[in-house]
Amino acid sequence: MKDLSVVLSSDKINSEILMGNYVIVRAMLEAGVNVVTSYPGSPTPEIADAISLIKDKYDDFYFEFSVNEKVATEVAFGASVNGYLSCVFFKSVGLNVAADSFVQLSLLELIGGMVIILGDDPGANSSQNEQDNRHYARLSYMPIFEPSNPAELYPMFKEACRKSQEMKMPVIFRLSTHICHAKQRISFDKYTRILKDKVSKFRPENGPYIPITSSVFPMKRKALQKLSQFALYSENSRFNYVVDNNSEYGIITSGLTYLSVEDFLHNQKNKPDILKLGITYPLPEQMICKYLKKHKFIKILEELDDFHEQLIKTIAFNNKISTTILGKQEIEDRIGEYSPDKVESILLNTWPDLFNCSPKYSIEKIENPIPRPAQLCPGCGHRSAFYAIKQALQKDDISVADIGCHTLGFLPPYNLGQALLSMGHSNGTAAGLSIFNDERKVVSFLGDSTFYHAGIPGIINAVYNNHKHTLIILENGTTAMTGHQEHPATGKNFNSDTQKIPLRNVLEGIGVKSIREIDTYAQSKLTQAVKDAMAEDNFSVVIAKHPCMLKFVRSVRRAKKALPKPVVIIAKCNKKYKCISEFACPSYQIDENGQVWVQTDLCIGDGSCKQTCPSDAIESQKIGDNND
Amino acid sequence: MISPFNIYMIGVGGQGIGLLSETLLRAADYAGYEVIGVDTHGLAQRGGTVSSHLRLGKEAKSPLIKPGNADLVIALERYEAHRALIEYSKIGSILVYYDAVWQPLNVRLQKDKLLKEESLVRIAMLKKVSLKKVYVEDLSDSRMQNVAILSFLNRNQIIEKITQNDYLKAMYDILPEHIVEKNIKLFESTL
Repeated sequence: MKDLSVVLSSDKINSEILMGNYVIVRAMLEAGVNVVTSYPGSPTPEIADAISLIKDKYDDFYFEFSVNEKVATEVAFGASVNGYLSCVFFKSVGLNVAADSFVQLSLLELIGGMVIILGDDPGANSSQNEQDNRHYARLSYMPIFEPSNPAELYPMFKEACRKSQEMKMPVIFRLSTHICHAKQRISFDKYTRILKDKVSKFRPENGPYIPITSSVFPMKRKALQKLSQFALYSENSRFNYVVDNNSEYGIITSGLTYLSVEDFLHNQKNKPDILKLGITYPLPEQMICKYLKKHKFIKILEELDDFHEQLIKTIAFNNKISTTILGKQEIEDRIGEYSPDKVESILLNTWPDLFNCSPKYSIEKIENPIPRPAQLCPGCGHRSAFYAIKQALQKDDISVADIGCHTLGFLPPYNLGQALLSMGHSNGTAAGLSIFNDERKVVSFLGDSTFYHAGIPGIINAVYNNHKHTLIILENGTTAMTGHQEHPATGKNFNSDTQKIPLRNVLEGIGVKSIREIDTYAQSKLTQAVKDAMAEDNFSVVIAKHPCMLKFVRSVRRAKKALPKPVVIIAKCNKKYKCISEFACPSYQIDENGQVWVQTDLCIGDGSCKQTCPSDAIESQKIGDNND
Repeated sequence: MISPFNIYMIGVGGQGIGLLSETLLRAADYAGYEVIGVDTHGLAQRGGTVSSHLRLGKEAKSPLIKPGNADLVIALERYEAHRALIEYSKIGSILVYYDAVWQPLNVRLQKDKLLKEESLVRIAMLKKVSLKKVYVEDLSDSRMQNVAILSFLNRNQIIEKITQNDYLKAMYDILPEHIVEKNIKLFESTL
C-alpha cells in the first residue's frame, strides 16, 4: 500500500492522484499553517484523515476536533491572534453554529492569518439544506476563494493563506462536495517548511480586540477598507480570467459549474466567452465592466442563489452598461448542484438558437428504478432502539428527530422522528411541542456526539423551565455518521488519550432527576423504560446505548478475528414477517414464494433480531472461521 | 476509444465501491490516460446507493458524468445495475455487473416487486447495451466481489489500453498489506 504520508510531506517535486480534501493538507504544509481545527461534517472530514497521516512529522503543526464548529472557530482565532497561521474547516451548516464568533473575525487584526474552509453542499448530498454560504461573506466582510477542482485548489489555497497573512484578515476558502471528493493527478512543487518559533505574539495593542459600543465603528471601517483593498487585488488575480472564444455571448461562472460549462461547450460550434471567477467575493468591478461591455449577451451561471447576479447587475447599473444580463430564470435554477446535465439544460434554455441540442439519452421512459434509501447497518443498536421505542409510544405521540445516523429512524417501518431543524435542536423543539399540549406525549432523540456539540443547552433549558418531555439519547460511543471520530465521552481526542466526560455525569450535574440507562439489545426492557419515563410528570432521560456495530465489525476484521456466523431461519418460520416489516434489518430478504432468507453478505451474526420473531424461528450458529 | 470515456460505477454502501473506483482510477492513470473522478457518498454510505464517476481523456473537465452518457457502467449489485442501466447507460454501451442481490427496503416490505434478471436483459436490449454478468459461486468473502469485477474487466479487455500490469500496480498501491495476497490471487484466477 502506497504511503501517502510520504507523498503529502515530501519537500521535493512529486505528483500523485489525490482527492481535494487531501490536496488541501499538502497546501497547508507548504503555506506554513500551524493550527487547524474542525468539527467533523461531510464533505470535509477526509481533511482530518490526511492530517492524521502527517501531523506527527511536524513539531509546529497542531490539529484538533473541537467540540463544535463555534469552538473550533474560536480556537483557530485564538491561535491566529497569537501569531500562528490557522485554519478551521467544517461543513456548510456548521457555519451557522460558528456564526456568532465567525461574523466578528473581520473586525479584528488576525496577525497570524486565518483561513475558514467551508464544505458547501449544493445538492444536499449529506446535509439538511443546500444553503449558499457566499451570503455570509457579504454579511461579514470576508473575501472568498473558490476553486473548480483539486488542481486549482492547490495553488489557490496557498495564495489564500498568503493574502490572509499579508492583510491580517480572515479569508473564506469555499469548496463544494464534488470538489472535496474529486480526484486527479496533482503535481506538487518543491518547498521548504520553516519551523515556526513558538513565541506568543498576542498583544492587545495589535488590536483593538474588544469590539464594543463606539469602538465598533473604527473596526468596521477598517474591515470595509480591507475588503475594498482586496477587491483591487482581485482585479489582477490569476484566479479570475477570461476564456476568449471571440464571441458576443459571454458566460460568468465559477467553481464546479465552470467545468460543467466546459464539458457542454466541448461539442458546440458556437462557444461563448467565459469569465471564470476564482475569487468570488468581492468581485473585480473593472474586470466585470470590461467584460460586460465587450459582450451583447451575458449569462450568469451560478449554483444555488443569485448572489453574483445581484452584484453584477448592480455594477452594470452603476456603470450605465446596457448589455442584456440573464441570471436565474426560474425557481428550479436555484435548486440542486450545477452538474453537467443541469448546466446543459439551463444553457439550452437560455440561448436555444446558439447551441445544437445533443440527442436525448433515453429512447423512452423505460421504467423507474426502485429507490434505495439509506438505512441503519446490520446489527445497529439504533434499530433495536427504534423497534423497542415504537412499542412504547401511542399512535398520536410526537417524536422529534436530531442529526446523526439515528435520523434514519424517520424512515419506514419505524417512522420515529417527525421534525428536524439542526444539530441539538431536539430538546428545544420538544419543549415547544409540549406547551399547551396535555394530550400527546413528546419524545426527543439525540446522539452522543451531538449531545456535546449543541445538545446540552436544550437539556438545561428543559430542567430550568420544568419541561416534561422525554429525551432518548442514542449513545453509540462514537461520531458514526461522519466516520467514527472520537468525542468527549470516549476518553480519546484526535491526538491522545484524555479524560472521559461521561454523559450521565453531565446530566446529573445539570440536575436531571430521572435517568435510565439500558442497552438497546435488551429490547423489552427498553420498551418498559421508555414507557415508565414517559409516564413521569417531569423531564426524563433514557440513555439507550449500544456501541456502533459498524465500528465494532471493522475492528474485529482488522484484528483478524472471527465474527459470529450469520443467523439462520429454521423451518418453524410461519411468515409473520416481523423481522422484515417491523425490525427491518437489511439482512432479511424475501424470495418469490414469500419465504424469508438471510443475505449472508450482510448479516453480522449479532442476533439482535432473534427476540423479534414470534415463532422463535431465528437461530444463531456457532462461532465461524476466520472470515478475513 | 471515445474520448472522454465515461465509467459510471454503482453499488450499495458497504460493497467496496471506493476500492473499485480507486483501483480503476489508478490503473487508467498507469495506462497513460488523463483521469478525473469522484466518489459520491455522505449519508448514502449507510446502506444506500453509492456511485462513483471516472472519466478518461483530457477532454473530460467535470468529474461528473451526465445521465445517459456512460460508456461503461459497472454495478456491484442487481438492483443498482437496473438503476444505472436506466439512468446512466449510453445507447450501445457496456454494462458489467456482479449479480449480488441486496434488496432495497420497499422490496423487502413487499411494496415493490422482486427484480428478475430478465428485466435487465429486456432494458439492455432496448438500449442496445451489452450486458455482462459476473458471479463467483464460491467467493470466500463478499467484500471481494469488487475484485472479481476487476478481474473480469482485465480478462475481457473491457477498457482499452489498461493492461494486467496496470491493474496490479494499482491494487498494490491501495490494498492494505494484510489483504493484498488473497485479492491478487482472486484477480489472477480464471473466473
